[in-house]
Amino acid sequence: MEHIRTTKVEQVKLLDRFSTNNKSLTGTLYLTATHLLFIDSHQKETWILHHHIASVEKLALTTAGCPLVIQCKNFRIVHFIVPRERDCHDIYNSLLQLSKQAKYEDLYAFSYNPKQNDSERLQGWQLIDLAEEYKRMGVPNSHWQLSDANREYKICETYPRELYVPQIASKPIIVGSSKFRSKGRFPVLSYYHQVKEAAICRCSQPLSGFSARCLEDEHLLQAISKANPVNRYMYVIDTRPKLNAMANRAAGKGYENEDNYSNIRFQFVGIENIHVMRSSLQKLLEVSGTKGLSVNDFYSGLESSGWLRHIKAVMDAAIFLAKAIMVENASVLVHCSDGWDRTSQVCSLGSLLLDSYYRTIKGFMVLIEKDWISFGHKFSERCGHLDGDPKEVSPVFTQFLECVWHLTEQFPQAFEFNEEFLLQIHEHIHSCQFGNFLGNCQKEREELKLKEKTYSLWPFLLEDQKKYLNPLYSSKSQRFTVLEPNTVSFNFKFWRNMYHQFDRTLHPRQSVFNIIMNMNEQNKQLQKDIQDLESKIKQRKNKQTDGVLTKELLHSVCPESPTLKTSLCFKEQTLLPVNDALRTIEGSSPADNRYSEYAEEFSKPEPAVVSLEYGVARMTC
Amino acid sequence: MEFSELIRTGRAQAQLLRGPEAPPLRGTLCVTGHHLLLSPGPQSTPDLWLLLLRNVDSIEKRVAGDSGTITLRCKDLRVLQLEIEGVEATLDIARSIEALSSLESVITSFPFFYRPKGLRLGDAWHFHPPERYYKRVARETDAWRLSEVNEDFSLCPSYPRAVIVPRAVDDDALARSARFRQGGRFPVLSYSHSPSGTVLLRSSQPLTGPQKRRCAEDEELLRAVLAGARPGARGFILDTRSAQAAKQARMTGGGTEAKAAYPGWKRLHRPLERGRPLQESFVRLVEACGDPEQSMDRWLSRLEGCRWLAHVKEALSTACLAAQAMEREGACILVHGAEGTDSTLLVTSLAQLILDPMSRTMAGFQELIEREWIQAGHPFQLRCAHSAFSHARPKHEAPTFLLFLDCVWQLGRQFPLSLEFGEGLLLALFEHAYASPFGTFLCNSEKERCLCEVRTRTHSLWSGLNQPKEQRKLQNPLYVLNPLAIWPSVEPQSLRLWQGLFLRWTHPPEPAEVAWEKVWQIVTGKEETEASQPTASA
Repeated sequence: MEHIRTTKVEQVKLLDRFSTNNKSLTGTLYLTATHLLFIDSHQKETWILHHHIASVEKLALTTAGCPLVIQCKNFRIVHFIVPRERDCHDIYNSLLQLSKQAKYEDLYAFSYNPKQNDSERLQGWQLIDLAEEYKRMGVPNSHWQLSDANREYKICETYPRELYVPQIASKPIIVGSSKFRSKGRFPVLSYYHQVKEAAICRCSQPLSGFSARCLEDEHLLQAISKANPVNRYMYVIDTRPKLNAMANRAAGKGYENEDNYSNIRFQFVGIENIHVMRSSLQKLLEVSGTKGLSVNDFYSGLESSGWLRHIKAVMDAAIFLAKAIMVENASVLVHCSDGWDRTSQVCSLGSLLLDSYYRTIKGFMVLIEKDWISFGHKFSERCGHLDGDPKEVSPVFTQFLECVWHLTEQFPQAFEFNEEFLLQIHEHIHSCQFGNFLGNCQKEREELKLKEKTYSLWPFLLEDQKKYLNPLYSSKSQRFTVLEPNTVSFNFKFWRNMYHQFDRTLHPRQSVFNIIMNMNEQNKQLQKDIQDLESKIKQRKNKQTDGVLTKELLHSVCPESPTLKTSLCFKEQTLLPVNDALRTIEGSSPADNRYSEYAEEFSKPEPAVVSLEYGVARMTC
Repeated sequence: MEFSELIRTGRAQAQLLRGPEAPPLRGTLCVTGHHLLLSPGPQSTPDLWLLLLRNVDSIEKRVAGDSGTITLRCKDLRVLQLEIEGVEATLDIARSIEALSSLESVITSFPFFYRPKGLRLGDAWHFHPPERYYKRVARETDAWRLSEVNEDFSLCPSYPRAVIVPRAVDDDALARSARFRQGGRFPVLSYSHSPSGTVLLRSSQPLTGPQKRRCAEDEELLRAVLAGARPGARGFILDTRSAQAAKQARMTGGGTEAKAAYPGWKRLHRPLERGRPLQESFVRLVEACGDPEQSMDRWLSRLEGCRWLAHVKEALSTACLAAQAMEREGACILVHGAEGTDSTLLVTSLAQLILDPMSRTMAGFQELIEREWIQAGHPFQLRCAHSAFSHARPKHEAPTFLLFLDCVWQLGRQFPLSLEFGEGLLLALFEHAYASPFGTFLCNSEKERCLCEVRTRTHSLWSGLNQPKEQRKLQNPLYVLNPLAIWPSVEPQSLRLWQGLFLRWTHPPEPAEVAWEKVWQIVTGKEETEASQPTASA
């Protein structure tokens, strides 16, 4: 609280982000310990969590007041005009402090209290159990064992305690291999395909330099290939562009030499590094945030940002992996440099293509816990939870979510969850409201005592499950139904609902999703009613044939009709909200679309001939 | 029969290598007057494959050894590849297709021979004339009358017999106004928006010429429009050309309304692309969509370079401007460009969809197309003579109607519950506008259709589409009547490429289609359960 000097400022204007003539709402701005709150004159509230703030900017003073632009990590951009410069300065300084905390303990999660007791909290943390997940995959088994080598984080600090390795890989081999791998991240199991008996393994780059070898590492890879009884050949996928990997050799790192390892096929897949991805997203946001953007500038900006090209590269890599397992029955080892960014993307996406369990709500949580959280994707650094090195920030996980979104677009019936679920998860990797994504690896999380001091996100999402269900999901598909996405360029689209999630005027005006959800609900209810009634009829009939039907029983059929009536009423009642929703469609007034800025054009007496530029600028807003 | 002279080889053995049908078909290929048939043989007669020759946009032949391949690129954007036995046969068949697909005579075209089972000639032809719309207008205001001044098409060859004009203006004045407008297209009522008491009119450009001529009757006509609308109404003349282009048109006898001559009316210029550049944009988009191997960067740069979505945005935003001026500003709108048969109709028809809930129903939309495109004199035969693949030098071709359909599709995406029809109807309209067994899109105007006796000698597309078996393909299962105006977002982030059309054949069916089927199941499932409930209680 010591950072907050002004808690309330009145007569603040919130500018419309895309308006070209500074349309605005006036209201009051409040600053709390955790949130920035703006309440406009229609009592509509805009809450901004301090941790969501990516940057605050104070622009040059204007006649209307002092402009304050806030960019959020969830892609919300707000532009306030504060009447007095001193207020603006106070808020600006407070937000700078509040949005960049130096210590984990100052993050929201440590003060967030959803009114649960300790056992409920603990239960929440136990919802996702990775040991259970490996059991589901079918390990340990005769080929794969649980290794206790890293039980005390002695071999690799950024790995979890429990790791699965080939049965024949002894501890000395593991220790030897880990010394030959960057940050000690030696090859371990990420996913085991029970039918194909093939595995997805992950690691970091070898410290091979130009010629170094490591017998233990070679043995470990051989052990992985031997753990596959069908195909002795295994793929080693280096997710980096070849040039980057070669450059790493000069620094004593690099990639596997095919001559030194028996039975491996080596492959680069060319996903760019975190720095390229960061600046790509920055360019994308610059383009999509332009006022009065033309179609041509949008597409040329989309192209030059390279964002969709990167998304396609990640997707192609995952498809390569899934094909290796499905078509060739081969095991796969994936790595990049440190094995916690691109490797996480490719392994998790590959598993998602292979195993339909990960396409369910619970399964998707498990997947994130396994390949991202437990294997040490550096969430805190990549999301900039603390005031740290801005060069470590990168939208790696956002890209993973976007790949999943593209899959949901291509396979609208394959996922139990909907887009809202992905957006909600994205919201919380940055919110620091729950403990799941704090810290950079399991060891750090244990030291922070997150399970005692914070709550897990998953039970809260699961509780709200209804909001995240995909009404078109067909749950009948087999566990090993493989998704084979088509990655022709046509299929990649700008994810408007992510990057413009708060710019409602850009969204479709009516939601198919809501209406189908409603219908499904009604349908289920009606069917249930029918079943109830039918079973009752059956009961009566049975009794009739038994000859015990009495007059009283016959009469007792009548009282049943009220149930029927109520269910018919139910139908009408639930239809009503639908119509109400129609009446409040966003954009059903042209004012929301900013066409109304023409109003001035119409009422202006001059010029009679509106110039071309004028007209275009107005309409493009 | 003249066809037989054009058919060099009646039949040959062939195999269809590439096309939407899988697996490849093999059989006897026949060329008839209007069709290309591939019959797999007597055992499996139902698998007959058939293509309307009129649908062929370009043909490419290649011979190697003793067989040849012809590639047919169709107007509906399909690409087919046939392998034919015999070099001579290949060349002959290619030449026959070439000759038969480019026949220009209307009365020998297939619609004059098409006699489907279950349909009667003359059905649905009297479905939607302007008279019917006038009845709707007359119920709300008596400021308008139905004039038959164009009874014999002498005043304006591209207008229908009856037009809706201000009651205060007599037929003689209309005749003089017609002489002052290009092609005789004097201002007529396109749509009356009763909630605001304003109207939407369309015409062609005035023939002011370099001397800035005026026409008292034309001025009187527009004055009468304002007088008949709500009191104090103003008007906007929405010129679909740039101010400069409008000025330049004076050199060739055209021009635009002088400010002083039309008190109460103000001019706005909203340039829309038309003609050749629009056709080229279409060709380049289709080219880009034909290459699945291209890199992401190349695809995005071609999508940008073809400018198609920019045209969609401009058309939609101009229509929104017109609709907004009517609904919010209470202003009357007159739309025209030069001839008033292309971008003018694009704007007036889209503005109606935005404002008028009736035009968003299945019947209302068909009526809109009949009234605002077909009867309003959009020259379909000239504009749709070739599609995106033709190598012929484009003369009058332009995908204005396709642009309209694309804009409607964008509206449907943003308001998925507000249109009674689905993508299927839009796709069908696109196909039939370019090549159809029905007579609806034949000719360039009502006058020509009368001369060719289209109404009595061909079947109407509407009677074909409105058969019960077609409905599921064409309807939107989620439609709920939305009485409000629908204001779309025209930001580039909100517009999308119409994959269902442009990538229909190069790409497996869009998953949306699969999902659509599921939606149908849910909707009908719900209806069935509802229906079955009372029986359960019985």
